[in-house]
Amino acid sequence: MASAGVFDDVTSSESSLRRFLHGLPGVDQVGAEARAASLGTRSIKTTAKNFAIDLAIRMVDLTTLEGADTHGKVRALASKAMHPDPADPTCPMTAAVCVYPDMVATAKATLGSSGVNVAAVATAFPSGRAALDIKLADTRDAVEAGADEIDMVIDRGAFLSGRYLEVYDEIVAVKEACGPAHLKIIFETGELQTYDNVRRASWLGMMAGGHFIKTSTGKVQPAATLPVTMIMLEAVRDFREQTGQMVGVKPAGGIKTTKDAIKYLVMVNEVAGPDWLDPDWFRFGASTLLNDLLMQRTKMVTGRYSGPDYFTLD
Amino acid sequence: MVKVPEKATPFFEYAPAPESRAIVDIKASYGLFIDGEFVDGHGKSFKTISPSTEEVLAEIAEADDSDVDLAVKAARRAHSRVWGRMPGSERAKYLYRIARIIQERGRELAVLESIDNGKPIKESRDVDIPVVAAHFFYYAGWADKLGHAGLGADPKSLGVAGQIIPWNFPLLMLAWKIAPALAAGNTVVLKPAETTPLTALLFAEICQQADLPPGVVNIVTGAGATGQAIVAHADVDKVAFTGSTDVGKAIARAVAGTKKKVTLELGGKAANIVFDDAPIDQAVEGIVNGIFFNQGHVCCAGSRLLVQESVADEVLERLKRRMSTLRVGDPLDKNTDIGAINSAEQLAKIRELSAIGEAEGGERWSPPCDLPKNGFWFPPTLFTGVTQAHRIAREEIFGPVLSVITFRTPKEAVEKANNTPFGLSAGVWTDKGSRILWMANQLRAGVVWANTFNKFDPTSPFGGYKESGYGREGGLPGLAAYLKGTD
Amino acid sequence: MARIDVKKTYKLYIGGAFPRSESGRSYVVNDAKGNLMANAAQASRKDARDAVIAARHAFGGWSSKTAYNRSQVVYRIAEVLEGRRDQFVAELRASEGVTAAKANAAVDAAIDRLVWYAGWADKITQVVSSANPVAGPYFNISSSEPTGVVAVVAPSGPLLGLVSVIAPIIVTGNTCVVIASEEHPLTSITLGEVMATSDLPGGVVNMLTGSVAEIAPWLASHMDVNGIDLTGVTDADLATSLEVAAADNLKRVRRAPEAPIDWMATPGIDRLTDWLETKTVWHPIGI
Repeated sequence: MASAGVFDDVTSSESSLRRFLHGLPGVDQVGAEARAASLGTRSIKTTAKNFAIDLAIRMVDLTTLEGADTHGKVRALASKAMHPDPADPTCPMTAAVCVYPDMVATAKATLGSSGVNVAAVATAFPSGRAALDIKLADTRDAVEAGADEIDMVIDRGAFLSGRYLEVYDEIVAVKEACGPAHLKIIFETGELQTYDNVRRASWLGMMAGGHFIKTSTGKVQPAATLPVTMIMLEAVRDFREQTGQMVGVKPAGGIKTTKDAIKYLVMVNEVAGPDWLDPDWFRFGASTLLNDLLMQRTKMVTGRYSGPDYFTLD
Repeated sequence: MVKVPEKATPFFEYAPAPESRAIVDIKASYGLFIDGEFVDGHGKSFKTISPSTEEVLAEIAEADDSDVDLAVKAARRAHSRVWGRMPGSERAKYLYRIARIIQERGRELAVLESIDNGKPIKESRDVDIPVVAAHFFYYAGWADKLGHAGLGADPKSLGVAGQIIPWNFPLLMLAWKIAPALAAGNTVVLKPAETTPLTALLFAEICQQADLPPGVVNIVTGAGATGQAIVAHADVDKVAFTGSTDVGKAIARAVAGTKKKVTLELGGKAANIVFDDAPIDQAVEGIVNGIFFNQGHVCCAGSRLLVQESVADEVLERLKRRMSTLRVGDPLDKNTDIGAINSAEQLAKIRELSAIGEAEGGERWSPPCDLPKNGFWFPPTLFTGVTQAHRIAREEIFGPVLSVITFRTPKEAVEKANNTPFGLSAGVWTDKGSRILWMANQLRAGVVWANTFNKFDPTSPFGGYKESGYGREGGLPGLAAYLKGTD
Repeated sequence: MARIDVKKTYKLYIGGAFPRSESGRSYVVNDAKGNLMANAAQASRKDARDAVIAARHAFGGWSSKTAYNRSQVVYRIAEVLEGRRDQFVAELRASEGVTAAKANAAVDAAIDRLVWYAGWADKITQVVSSANPVAGPYFNISSSEPTGVVAVVAPSGPLLGLVSVIAPIIVTGNTCVVIASEEHPLTSITLGEVMATSDLPGGVVNMLTGSVAEIAPWLASHMDVNGIDLTGVTDADLATSLEVAAADNLKRVRRAPEAPIDWMATPGIDRLTDWLETKTVWHPIGI
């Protein structure tokens, strides 16, 4: 079931869907990038910085997506998600850990009822090149193993060749396979290339019922960028305008520093609006970002600069 | 995709992020910069204040006729003995040197500009001062290449240039005037605006640091009478003025019957035209940038929004939402988007025209915003229900006030856009390439920004049609305005 | 008995037609020997007003013609002038009292001047325009466009001087209202006849004959005139007052020459660029 029938006409045929997506306002690359850069010049200091750092930690989907992942590594990551700064109990937990489906059970066992979610990348992540039934099985496996959230990838090949309905139907099918789990839809914006495509993909994903739209797998460059995220924030803002429903946004890959994370939060605040300043509506897909946030947090608390040796490498 | 949250999310309140004032050293009083030295004037003095606090910043000498005469004489001497004879390659090195010092002292200049003018530090820091340096760099490189300017093998400088600049971009307008004049081998007597003299006086110090020969640049501060003395001086060869159309006309009359060359960069009432196929979010940014950049104190400001009826409601809704995120306040706060109105006089004019707009039936809207108690402030404002007949749609307000007018067809857009005595700039927003070029052809304006607005570059000629003035600044035409051909 | 020849009535040239002055006035134009050549129409301020309306009306179409087309039209004027050269030689000899050789040389030069300017139509934009390498992802082009309606006080050179001021104005896409030489007005109307038969749209060139001192101030202060060429103004006070009046709407002013002009010399491009505006267009470059 997609978005409560609002877009039934739009998604009833390939041609109507195409007409709708191509009727969305265009995006001027230079203007969009200039706006994103300008938001990046906001100066977030003192109390605002404290607020932003803690919020950013709460929004992290602490991620490991390596062929070399082991149960030990996932357990360590999950512990870190619950206690990012063991020395400081006031430090908030991250939103989730993000792992491959076969690691879901391990993560879930460690996290228990801590409140940190388990997110699993499914649907033949990262390429998405598999038959639909395999993608659906991948999804169901992860959910059965305890995943609270599924991060799926769209079929970029189908999208780029204009087979939008196929992409839409696949998302709807995966969402159904998710059952109670929330669905994040990864566009791999680095492969979509244009902001026009990012805007179309965003609407496609939202109409298909995604809870979150997500930039990237982290396996393709460029991954998340400020302007791409801004286009998606504009899309969720406009979608709420039209339907009253909110969709979350998750930039993933390449966000490494507190400074970067704060730029994203400023953008969330000023483009989508303060309602999105919540882990329910905005996430960072990241791994090394967390330690930098912790380091800056310590600086804010102690007044002196910290160093990497004081934070765990997991 | 879930329902909208019921709980209010904690507000991301940006804490004050003030740029330090400590970097600038404002003296209690300033004299005139004549023949390489700061000297006392023979006239009275006046105060320059910070428009954001009304604090008195310094006492400024008001140059009288005799001071202007001394400055012109110094410029003449410097022209005939030193600067006009110096090889272009040597003049170039002085200009490069000045460009470098401007970069080195960029933060200081930006802070001083924001204090004296009221513009947000992010604009003085990210736009004004970098473009000032860029102008000196650009024209420095011309100084030894004048033979390639299309004016014959060995074009000559005009002599002494009298230059009068406005308060909206004090140092940037100085750069637009001084850089090409000096590159071409002229010497200058420049008068900064009465309300914003400080960065020009700091520029005088930079000339000293650069060891620029005495008399090449002379800065005389003062008001209208000082400007008149420059224009009227018999030994001035060229007058360059940026400011109001009324004063521009007075200058054009004053130089009638003389041999003085003139460049005038005057007012505008630019149309920013948004078609229904525009990249809408960038168009909204362009509208905001077009009218609220620099508090709307911009001659080429996009003060008339012409929006196609089919998207008017959507554009307005997005525009209002965007305007609600504009931060008005302390110019030195790095998060300020809109600073102070430059003077009490300008504020009164903006208020008066806005009141007229309301009286004539325009519907006025501003986002909620707390304005500081002291200083001169005006919220970002838009008027809907405006027609071409309204005064706010015809007169230059020179403030953060946008008039919204609708149109139905491209032809109607062009007719309305051109239906003004001004012709400085225009904006066009559409995704259709051939329409952009058609519009660009039809619009009677010196600068057309398509899918962008308020962009400036030293290489790019700027100036108006009709009552927006004549001559161009920037690029090769900006250089040629200070040269005479030899053929 | 000798045949009584048919004398020509010299009228004004406005909007492609040849009307009499609305004022009904005319003035006597004598030849170099002091004998009556003709009665020229003595244009009034209302004729000037009508001429400006005609010029403004013609501006849109003329300025939007291709440069190639304008080039051919001006070349066509040269062709037609060549075909009627004997008439002009005769007129010049009579009005100026010059020798046949001199009159022929002047007509030759006027034809050649038209050809020279005709060639500029599609070149001047290339010479004065630029692609500007701005520091950012923008396509940035400055190109020239005609200023609009230009008022001209023509110099006394009845043909060569006249052609030399009109050709650069129109070949760049402007339209004009010309006050002919007060002393030698008739050739301007004959030139108008050439223009009227040269594919030049009506209103692009409008010729007024009469008193410069009477008509010029109305044109100088006219708010729908964009530029004024004072080449033919010989009275310094009048020139100053016209320049002052021109400031009312910031007309572009070409001042009266400081020294007599040698019309036989090859001109520069300044008479072209005087009536051109630079338009700079920006567009982002992106995908």
